[in-house]
Amino acid sequence: MVRRGPSGWLAWIVQRASAVYMLAFLVAGLAWFMADPPGTYPAWRARMAGAGTGIATAAFFAALLAHAWVGLRDVVLDYVRPRSLCAPVLVGLGLGLAAVAAWVLRILVTVRA
Amino acid sequence: MPGSAVSSPRDRRPVFLDLSRIALPVGALASIAHRVAGVLLAIGIPVGVYALDLSLRGPQGFARVAAALEGPPSRAAVVVMAWALAHHLFAGVRHLLMDLDVGSRLPAARRSAWMANAGGLAVALLAAVATW
Repeated sequence: MVRRGPSGWLAWIVQRASAVYMLAFLVAGLAWFMADPPGTYPAWRARMAGAGTGIATAAFFAALLAHAWVGLRDVVLDYVRPRSLCAPVLVGLGLGLAAVAAWVLRILVTVRA
Repeated sequence: MPGSAVSSPRDRRPVFLDLSRIALPVGALASIAHRVAGVLLAIGIPVGVYALDLSLRGPQGFARVAAALEGPPSRAAVVVMAWALAHHLFAGVRHLLMDLDVGSRLPAARRSAWMANAGGLAVALLAAVATW
């Protein structure tokens, strides 16, 4: 058996695990939002400043960005031609997603400060 | 193009892309829509993070985000994103179930593909009614 390059099982697991977590987060978050809508700024801020919400939201964005990376990487590898452009596009994509991660982290840290 | 001076058989495969004559099976439709929805959702990430940032900056930012969601263009965007999220979610759950060998035989797979496609459109319709 000859194996060339990564097998892709890590991407497969990350895609599935992040999907399951995001599904649970969205269902719980939507239920909470509808049962007790944070219709004012203080209510919204108080909700997002909670330790539990902060951790769950940070984990949601980690899952979201990892999921987006796996999916967009597939899209880039499938459609970007010539193939030599794939690597630079993926580097740009990775930097963009990392920037969003830093941005989210800053939002979630400032809201608790 | 350098790097591909040797044309492989892959490069000489016939290409047939007459979209008006390609009749996609329902599963293929669910699949390509899953991908399109995923790209739409990814484009929505920075927009959503920006809205989250603004809404938590102060009462003014919160009011601006709430007001921005009122206009017709953003209502249309909400409907499109509701479709994208719902379809991506339904088609994704369908894939997860298939990983567990639930509904992976053709008749059941066609049925669930049809349900995912219709479910996404139903949620979009609900969102359109709710935001009207």
